[in-house]
Amino acid sequence: MSTIFGIPTQALFGQLLIGLINGSFYAMLSLGLSVIFGLLNIINFAHGAQYMMGAFAAYFLLQWAGLGYWWALLVAPLVVGVIGVVLERTMLKRLYALDHLYGLLLTFGLALVIQGLFRNQFGSSGLPYQIPPALTGGRNLGFMVLPNYRAWVVVFSLATCFLTWYVIERTKLGAYLRAATENPSLVQAFGVNVPRMITLTYGFGVALAALAGVLAAPIYQVNPLMGADLIIVVFAVVVIGGMGSILGSIVTGFALGIVEGLTKVFYPEASNTVIFVIMALVLLVRPAGLFGREK
Amino acid sequence: MVKRIAIVLTTVLALGPVAALAQISDGVIKIGVLNDQSSLYADLAGQGSVVAARMAVEDFGAEKKGMKVEIVSADHQNKPDVGSAIARQWYDVDKVDVILDVPNSGVALAVNQITRDKGKALLVSGAATADLTGKACSPNTIHWTYDTWALANGTGNAIVKTGGDTWFFITADYAFGHALERDVEAVVLKNGGKVLGKVRHPLNTADFSSFLLQAQASKAKIVGLANAGGDTTNSIKQAAEFGIVKGGQSLAGLLVFITDVHGLGLPTAQGLIFTETFYWDLNDKTRAFAKRFAERDKGIHPTMIHAGVYSAVTHYLKAVEALKSDDGTKVIAKMKEMPTDDPLFGKGTVRADGRKIHPAYLVEVKKPAESKAPWDYYKIRATIPADQAFRPLDQGECPLVKK
Repeated sequence: MSTIFGIPTQALFGQLLIGLINGSFYAMLSLGLSVIFGLLNIINFAHGAQYMMGAFAAYFLLQWAGLGYWWALLVAPLVVGVIGVVLERTMLKRLYALDHLYGLLLTFGLALVIQGLFRNQFGSSGLPYQIPPALTGGRNLGFMVLPNYRAWVVVFSLATCFLTWYVIERTKLGAYLRAATENPSLVQAFGVNVPRMITLTYGFGVALAALAGVLAAPIYQVNPLMGADLIIVVFAVVVIGGMGSILGSIVTGFALGIVEGLTKVFYPEASNTVIFVIMALVLLVRPAGLFGREK
Repeated sequence: MVKRIAIVLTTVLALGPVAALAQISDGVIKIGVLNDQSSLYADLAGQGSVVAARMAVEDFGAEKKGMKVEIVSADHQNKPDVGSAIARQWYDVDKVDVILDVPNSGVALAVNQITRDKGKALLVSGAATADLTGKACSPNTIHWTYDTWALANGTGNAIVKTGGDTWFFITADYAFGHALERDVEAVVLKNGGKVLGKVRHPLNTADFSSFLLQAQASKAKIVGLANAGGDTTNSIKQAAEFGIVKGGQSLAGLLVFITDVHGLGLPTAQGLIFTETFYWDLNDKTRAFAKRFAERDKGIHPTMIHAGVYSAVTHYLKAVEALKSDDGTKVIAKMKEMPTDDPLFGKGTVRADGRKIHPAYLVEVKKPAESKAPWDYYKIRATIPADQAFRPLDQGECPLVKK
């Protein structure tokens, strides 16, 4: 069997694919963060909690309403998105005129409160959520068994990422959004309701987090702390990609998933740290991130 | 946390003046429950251990006997530095006499040393490393509930003897994981088995697919999970996804708690075999305890760690009563001298190296159809008698024994 750096090529392909799968979670979460930061200038630290709420929403829908995975994919982001809208209307909108730091502190505090409430209610062991029957099992690719559900996650998140990028960068609606961040008063003068657009954007970003949460529910335990563990990594992804860069966060998300996957083969003990090492290096060389623009 | 301590303090103070025993420091026996209250080990220890300690104090009838007992608790966040700082603060400033529980072997080993330096008492229920009664044994520490050697001996033996002779380890990368892996490996090798590979993951990892893939590639018959809590549940759940068991390999959860099984759900957890030293549905006494416990801890049924805290506090108070002193070193010596007896573990002893001795149970998780009530999860496959459940006294390299 041929080897690369002492690792059989077969194993290497497997790890690359795994990296891609994990990368799709990073990409979806950092995408939401980028949209929110790019258009609202809010560093949304509650993103992890909102991702967790998405997973919990899926669990509740199943337990209380008998609605399965496919409904959850639709309903959970809507519900959590609406909660996001309420949050933006009642609290966040007061902070736009202030420094980034205030938004960060508020959302960070909210995340702690939300996670604390969930943990108090549901404990820390997590709740079970099964893979939908249509996606159980896996296929043997020769070099690894690819679970059908994971394949679905990659395809679905790629589609979501592409769609989001397309809407923001290539459509008229996206043009309004981008214009509104550059110069809100001018866009408002053209008759566009800028505050409502911003509210909906935040709701959309939050819904993306919840969507990722639903995708994650069958893989990880539905756990109050699932977002807290992930959010720090995702922020590193956003920083590496360039704050507010949509394309940057997608590409970096997938790329770092792969880097992390490879680390798990060569030096697994460092798999938690490797992303931060890369972040430090990138910040030294390109402080605005790989895809970011200096302002 | 400060608030919780304050509440405990005021409640205790409100109980009114009680005649203090002559030798009790400051007239109060102060018990500190130190564990993970917010992260992956919070359900299997956490607040449940505080509840168990409180129940033990009530059942002992401390108040009637004129003993004043206070319980404080804190979250060590699975960080040895945080745990050490709390332990020092408790011993030096807050006049805590005994520290309980301390899951996370890394933290337990640190607090073990501090307790010894300060001449206080440490009763470990949550931590697993058998080093606490081995190289790191101390005249101030008793390791109560279970340890890595007992898990290896129970689960490892059972699996190797039924044909699982090639292993791959997925190990949590800290003191506990290393100790568990070492002890299981020893059992595997002793029984003529082979270890084909191992991989170490950081504590509190979400995605295990990389490691599972490596386990799959190793072609080992048994994938041994030398981790605990959320790490174990995630590994088991994802192993099902990658078809580890369908591919002909078996999973060995080397440390699984009933709260983990509850979190996984029986469809995923069924068939797992592992070692416990306590199950709530063993007999009338354990059932009665579990019922009272669940009422006070959000319906959670007690894990062996919770039961161990109850048992340890009970024995500690007995020793303090007999000795009429709460001097750490003396109480631990007295605890080793007196036989133990409580409703949860029955009669037992504490050895010279600080190892508490009681039977262990090899359990199998029921199929969903076999489970008749919530938390009805285990079948007892075998009982390992007390004298065989733990590492023989002369094999632990504990300096206290050589004397």
